[in-house]
This record gives sequence, C-alpha cells and structure tokens, in this order.
Amino acid sequence: MLGRLTWTAIPLDQPLPLYAMGVVGLVILAVLAVVAVKGWWPYLWREWLTSVDHKRIGVMYFTLGLVMLLRGYSDAIMMRTQQAIAIGHAQGYLPPDHYDQIFSAHGTIMIFFVAMPLVIGLMNFVVPLQLGVRDVAFPTLNSVSFWLTAAGALLINVSLVIGAFSRATWWGYPPLSELAFSPDVGVDYYLWSLQISGIGTLLTGVNFVTTILKLRCPGMTYMRMPVFCWTALASSMLIVAAFPVLTATFVMLLLDRYLGMHFFTNDAGGNQMMYANLFWAWGHPEVYILILPAFGVFSEVASTFSGKGLFSYRTMVWATLGICVLSFMVWLHHFFTMGAGADVNAFFGIMSSIIAVPTGAKVFNWLFTMYRGRIVFTTPVLYLVGFMVTFVIGGLTGVLLAVPPVDFVLHNSAFLVAHFHNVIIGGVVFGMLAGYNYWFPKAFGFTLDERWGKASFWCWLIGFYLAFMPLYQLGLMGMTRRLQHIADPSWQPLLLVAEAGAIIIFLGVLCQIAQLYVSIRTRELRRDLTGDPWNGRTLEWATSSPPPAYNFAVLPTVETIDAFWELKRRRVKPAVQPAYAAIEMPRNSPVGFITAFFAFFIGFSLIWHIWWLVLVGLLAVAVTIMAFGWGDDREREIPVGEIARIERARLAGGPA
Amino acid sequence: MDGDDRVFDDRTPGVEEYEPTATYLSYTAGLGLAVLLTIMSFVVAQTNLLWSPGVPMGLIVLAFAQIGVHLVFFLHLGSGPDHTNNVVALAFGVLIVFLVITGSVWIIANLNANMMDMPVHLQH
Amino acid sequence: MTITAIERAPAALARGRGGGGPAPKRTVVAYGFWIFLLSDFVLFSGLFAAYAVLSANTAGGPTGAELFNLRNVFIETMCLLLSSYTAGLGALSAERRRQDRFLIFAALTFVLGAAFLVIEAREFARMVSEGAGPSRSAFLSSFFTLVGTHGVHVTGGLIFLLYMVAQVVAKGLRGAVLRRLLCFSLFWHALDIVWVGVFTLVYLMGAR
Repeated sequence: MLGRLTWTAIPLDQPLPLYAMGVVGLVILAVLAVVAVKGWWPYLWREWLTSVDHKRIGVMYFTLGLVMLLRGYSDAIMMRTQQAIAIGHAQGYLPPDHYDQIFSAHGTIMIFFVAMPLVIGLMNFVVPLQLGVRDVAFPTLNSVSFWLTAAGALLINVSLVIGAFSRATWWGYPPLSELAFSPDVGVDYYLWSLQISGIGTLLTGVNFVTTILKLRCPGMTYMRMPVFCWTALASSMLIVAAFPVLTATFVMLLLDRYLGMHFFTNDAGGNQMMYANLFWAWGHPEVYILILPAFGVFSEVASTFSGKGLFSYRTMVWATLGICVLSFMVWLHHFFTMGAGADVNAFFGIMSSIIAVPTGAKVFNWLFTMYRGRIVFTTPVLYLVGFMVTFVIGGLTGVLLAVPPVDFVLHNSAFLVAHFHNVIIGGVVFGMLAGYNYWFPKAFGFTLDERWGKASFWCWLIGFYLAFMPLYQLGLMGMTRRLQHIADPSWQPLLLVAEAGAIIIFLGVLCQIAQLYVSIRTRELRRDLTGDPWNGRTLEWATSSPPPAYNFAVLPTVETIDAFWELKRRRVKPAVQPAYAAIEMPRNSPVGFITAFFAFFIGFSLIWHIWWLVLVGLLAVAVTIMAFGWGDDREREIPVGEIARIERARLAGGPA
Repeated sequence: MDGDDRVFDDRTPGVEEYEPTATYLSYTAGLGLAVLLTIMSFVVAQTNLLWSPGVPMGLIVLAFAQIGVHLVFFLHLGSGPDHTNNVVALAFGVLIVFLVITGSVWIIANLNANMMDMPVHLQH
Repeated sequence: MTITAIERAPAALARGRGGGGPAPKRTVVAYGFWIFLLSDFVLFSGLFAAYAVLSANTAGGPTGAELFNLRNVFIETMCLLLSSYTAGLGALSAERRRQDRFLIFAALTFVLGAAFLVIEAREFARMVSEGAGPSRSAFLSSFFTLVGTHGVHVTGGLIFLLYMVAQVVAKGLRGAVLRRLLCFSLFWHALDIVWVGVFTLVYLMGAR
C-alpha cells in the first residue's frame, strides 16, 4: 500500500533535521492559521495562487528563491561551522552521513531553487514590461512552470523529515548515485525533485523565447530591445537547448535505478564518464543561464544611474549571443582530470579561455557607461561596482582553471569552491539583489530603504571576501572540497576567517529583512507616484507603479532604443483623453496549481514506490491538462470604462 | 481574433494558410521523395553498392537529405525573409544536437583510447 | 493579447525585422510549439549520444546485427511515413474546413500510427523473451531507451490525435481548435524526423 514508506523513514535518531523541520512546520502552520483566521484564503487563491499575471508570477518566483536562500544558507553555515571546529582530534557535531546530505542539498538548492527562481522571477516581472506588451506568450503555461518549480522545492524539503537526501553531491555522479551504492531514497529525492522543476524551467524557456521573439510592442525591432531582454532571450534559448539534456541524463540514471538498466553502472558495459559528460553538457550552459540575466540587470542599472545610454549597445548584444553559443563548447573543463588526451583537453581549455573575451568586453562596456556619467550611488550601483571588481577576480581564477595542467592541481580543491562561489555570489546573487532593489518600486509602488540596503550590500561584500578568499589560499595549500573532518590544524585560522565571513553574510541577509520591514512600515512616505522613481530609460518605467493588470492601456509605439528616455527627452506628454479600446486579458486559472499538486504526489510516490498513487497522479494530471485544453473561453475583456477610470486615477497622481 | 491573422507577414512552420506550396501535391511530392530516400538508405545498408567503408557516411548523407525533405514538404520550413526566426531557431537547435552528439562521441572515444582496458573478469 | 494597437501601427512597421507589434495568436502558438519541438530534439540528442557511445558495449550479450529485423523496420518506417502524409492531408482538409475529410484522414493516421506501435511492441517483446531485455547490457539499455522514448512519443501523439478528433467533432473546426490541430501536425511530423535518425543510426548502421 505504501511501498517502501514505513515509520523508519522518519529519522528519529537524528534530532537536528527534525528540530529544524519542526520549527519550519510550526511556522508554516502558523502562517496558514493566520491566513485562515483573517479570511485571506479567497484573496490568496484568486489573486496569487491562480494568477497568470506575469508580474504576480515573477513576484512568487522571487519569493520562492529568497525563502530557499535561507534554507541553502543554513546548510552553508552548518558546513562552515563543522569545518571550523572538526579539526585534529575534534570530530565536530555533524556525522559524515548527515554532512554528506548537507553539502548535496546545499548545492542542489542553491542552483535549482535559489538562483533559478530568482533569475526567472526577474525575467517574468520585467521582460513583458520592457517589451511594452501585456503578458507573456503563454500565461497559463507560465503559472504551470512556477508551480512545478515550487513542487520540486517542496519535495526536496520533504526529504528532511521523510527519508533522507542524496549523499552523492549536487551533480550525483554514478557509480555512487547508482542503486548499488546509494540504495536508499536520497538520490531518488534528488532526481525527481529536479525532474519536476526541470519541466517547469523548460516550459519557461519556451515561453520566453516565444514572448521575446514574437510579442513586442509596435516599432520595437530587435536592436531596440533593452539589454535585459536580450540577456533573457539568450538565457531562455540556453534553457531550451540545455535542460532537455539534463532531463535525458536523469532519465537514464532513473532507468538504471528503477529498471536495472546499465547506462552508468560498473558492470554490463555501463560508462560512468558518459554521465559526467552529459551532465556538464547541461551544467556549463546552466552557468550562463544564471549569469546572463545578471549581466542584463547590471547593464540597466549602469545606464539608468549614470544618466547615459549603455556604452556600445551592439557589442553588448553580440557578446551576449556569442557567450550563448560558446557556452556549449566548453563543458569538458569540468572533468579535465577524467583521462582525456591532450588534444581534447587543449581544445576545451582554449574554448574556455575564449569565452572570457566577450565577458571581458562587457566589463569595459559597463565601465565606459559609467565614465563621465552623473552617477547616483544607490544600492544597485553599489552592487554593480562590487560586482565588477569581484566578478573580474572570479573570472580570472576561472581562466586559470581553464588551463588543464593547472586544473590537474586544483581540481576538486577549495580553490575551485572559491572560484565558483566568487562568480555565482559576486555575479548572480549581486545581480539579483541589484535587480531586487531596482525593480522593487515598480512591483510594489514604493521604494526600498537605502540605508538598510547599503548596509546589506556592505555585509554581503565584506562577508563574501572573508568567506571565500581564504578558500583560495586553502585550496593552494592542498585542502580538497567537502571535507567533513580537517586533519591539518594549520588550516584552522583560515577556516575561522571563512566562518566569520559566512556570519557577516548572514548579517547582510538580516539587513535585507530589516530593509523590507522598514520599507513596508514607512511605505506611505516612499510611495512612487510617477511610476519612474529612478529617471529610467526603458518602457517599464512608462507605466504606473505597480502597473495595472494590463500593463499599458495603449501599447506604446517605439522608435528608438531607450524608448521611454526618448519620450521624456522630446517632452511627449501623455494624451489627456486617449482613445482606449477594450483589452483582452487571460483569465486566472488553477491549472498550474492543480498540476503541480499532483506532480508533487507523483514524485513522492515514485520515490517511495507507491505505484497506485503514481497512476492516480498521472491520470489526474492528464485530466487537468485535457480539461484545460478543451476550453476556449480563456480571455476576459476589460471594458473601456474601467480602463479609463484606472488611467484617470493614474494620471491624477493617485494610486491606481 | 483568428480572422485578423493576415495583418501580418510573419510565419511559423506549419502555418500553411499563406503557403502557396502547401497543397495535396506538395505533400504527395514530399512523400514520394521521403519514400525514395528511405528505400535508398535500406538498399545502401544491405548491399555492396557503395564502397563499404563509405556506407555510414552515405547513410548519414541520405538521412540528412530526408530530414530536409520532411522539413520543407511536411513542416513547410521555407527560406523567405519572414522565415528567418524559424530557420535561426532550427539552426541553433541543429548546432546543439550536433555538439551534444559529436562532442560526446569524441570525448568518450578519446577517454577510452587513453584508458587501460578493463580485465574481462571485471566486465560482467 | 489584443491586436488593436497593431492595426493603428504604420503599415511599414509591420514588415521587416519584427517591428510590427505582437504577432497574431496563431503565429505565437505555432512558434512556441516549434521551440518546444526543438527542445524535444535536444532531448533525443542526449539519448542518441548515449546510444552512439554505448552501442558497442554488449557485455558478451547479443549485438544489433543478431537482433534487428530490417524487414520489420522497413514496414514500420513506411507506416510512419504514410501516417505523416495522411496527417498532412488531414491538416490541409481542416484548414479548408472539410470536416468529413479531416476525420477520414485522422482515422488513417491513427491506424498507421497504431500499426507502427504494434510492430515495435512485438519486436520489443520478442527481444525480451530471447533474453535481450534492457537490463542485459549497456547497448540494450540505450537501445530500448532511445527507441522506446520515440515509441512513447508516438503513443502520446495518438492520444493527442484522439483528443483532437473529439474536439473537432464536439466543437467543429474553429480557430482555437485549428491552432491545436496545427500543434498536433507539427508534433507528428517531428516524430518522423526523429525516426529517420533512429532507423539510420540504430537499425541500418547497427545491423551491419
């Protein structure tokens, strides 16, 4: 009846995760109770859970990413603390089995459920507004994407209490991840949660490629698109091209585990290197899926807060597209040490160095954008400057690692750990936080507190350097990654510095929470009534903050790049009484929520071999999709009168 | 809203309403070519018509030809300026498929060549 | 999406580099589906790569040359090709609002697709009964997974077809139904393209 699932699945012998989950469970219950008592369920269901509005979905993605950031961070601080104290005779407080689960969960969560939702959240919120249109190409599909991602995130958290998580690192190399060596449910949790969220991500990619290529306001030719849209396009193309490879690879590993096949096993002709090969054929483009939108954010921030157009827009576009293609030709640098010959290693080493060239060109573009600009040092600009310095360091250590003989020495060392945290925190996280500060007023109608924002930035920056510069040093001293116990006491001082850095990063997170709290408390003082708090250049600033559901009452017509700046420069006043036409908008739909609800149970029952529940879930998903596919009446019309009323209120300077 | 489609000169594969080539005749021609190429593939593979080391290459060429026939006659992928988007997307897809397959084969073949053979008693 | 604003846009904008505002829904749907199909091709490329790398690893078990029956593969191929043809004619009939013809072509497409599946299933059953199942060797794992994934796609296509026939019968050949039919045709033709790769790389090269 319940497959492998018994009471022994709950790890009563390991109090730590139980306490953690107990606390989380209580918080969730408390939140649900408050929502129920206050009678907010109908509002939540109508306005958020079933919403297909790209702005709402973007906000939900971003929130998911921030919540999971806390989870991923708690894994990080646990590892740092273990390494700081488990030295010499001391054993620390985490047994190896638990420690292995933590580093696997940390990597998996940070990449798939923090970085991806943050990036996709920003894309969702910003891209249709910048393109001057009313929604993405497939709004309901967008909601399905989000909820599938959320279902995957839920599944990975369930592994804390029911069963265990993978101990086979965030990339799950066989043969360790094969049934023979990981017989319990850990790897299955890993695989199924990523398969479910991966489908959501793939659909997002399809949706955004279509949106950007087919839905733009009149006059917006390719070379008039804001750079963030270009980077979102490149990132979505990479999603479409790379995620299926990951799906196929995981399918093969799942078939090995569930049906006894031999893709990656030790026996019967399996080949483990093939897994590594295919995994990184996805894995390296994934890096650029994350970083390109961050580059886009920094481009917008640099030009807005310097009061200048972006320096060499065309270079930026071509560099983005160049990276998009090159990113598929470097994947072997993740396994130089696996035994390929000099020819193969040399090819991929050279390609890996070449990809630094367009990235370097971008850094110069941002610098020249700021050069002689009237720079306003807001929080996003601090992130931009911090990013440029930090990312160049991370990029240079990357070029170093792209040299195969150097990689032979540094492979799987703490140096590598420092390198990729350097580019991911210094690049992706800084980019997302800059974007958060930059577009928050557009999403909620009031600006974020600058003082707390800057405090948060300095904590992140200093904390990052303290936490990861020592790891470069430790890597050169010979420390490998993922050590549960440190044999060499001379490493302890540096590990303590890293611990201190991790704590300072936590202060940065606390400052952000404080920033949000303070800003909400003082929101009446910081209302953005113009819709254009930063003197922006692109179309999202041309509508109110927050924008109405339909974004633009009349689709803007664009004649140049930086369309909104051009309108302001020519002092084009909005028409007092424009001729509004009725607008068709997609109706809300519970399809995404229901599909993901059942997808969660499909995943859970596959993990525990509860086959009847798998069938029920699959059937339910099929029925849901078919029921949705049957209907024609998916749009509602907003009448002219209502549009005119909303727009009058907006032009009068009141909240929409 | 469907009636307004003609405002635009923008096409996607399979949008055949505006496609002068999409007729019963073009589908029939496509079928004929596809069947012909299939038969050629089977013949080449099973006889010695081609110099035998050249057979795999011949089969690959025939397969690409047939895929081209399918794209043009069944999916109506044209070459006009308004088809740029579709063709660019397809080219990107083909590039990725090519990189994944040939890259994997090249890398793993190279690994195998550089590895010691596994003793037979460990292989099973 | 609305296109009211587009109609007011200058005619010159409507041409060239996509400056004419949002594309009509039919274009958007077909293009989105086309992108999805490209992602499906990439999925298959992973499976093809695995087959290409593992096909020599028979672990002492049977090889492709011992297992494959090219006569059956040829019949399968012809079934798929003809079904693609009838699907294309069905799409044409639907565009011309000829519902009776569409239904006939849909029935033919279904029968041909089902015949393909039956032949494939019998081949699989024969191989398994001969001890050449997917867990015998890495070669057979990759074979069954690649060919089986294509088969699963064909099965999905047949379900899609039945569902579309039901929609056509219930609702007639309306705009929304035609858009979904267009997606079905694209899907069905794309399966052919994958099959060309399968019969070339797996069967014809493997049987030598």
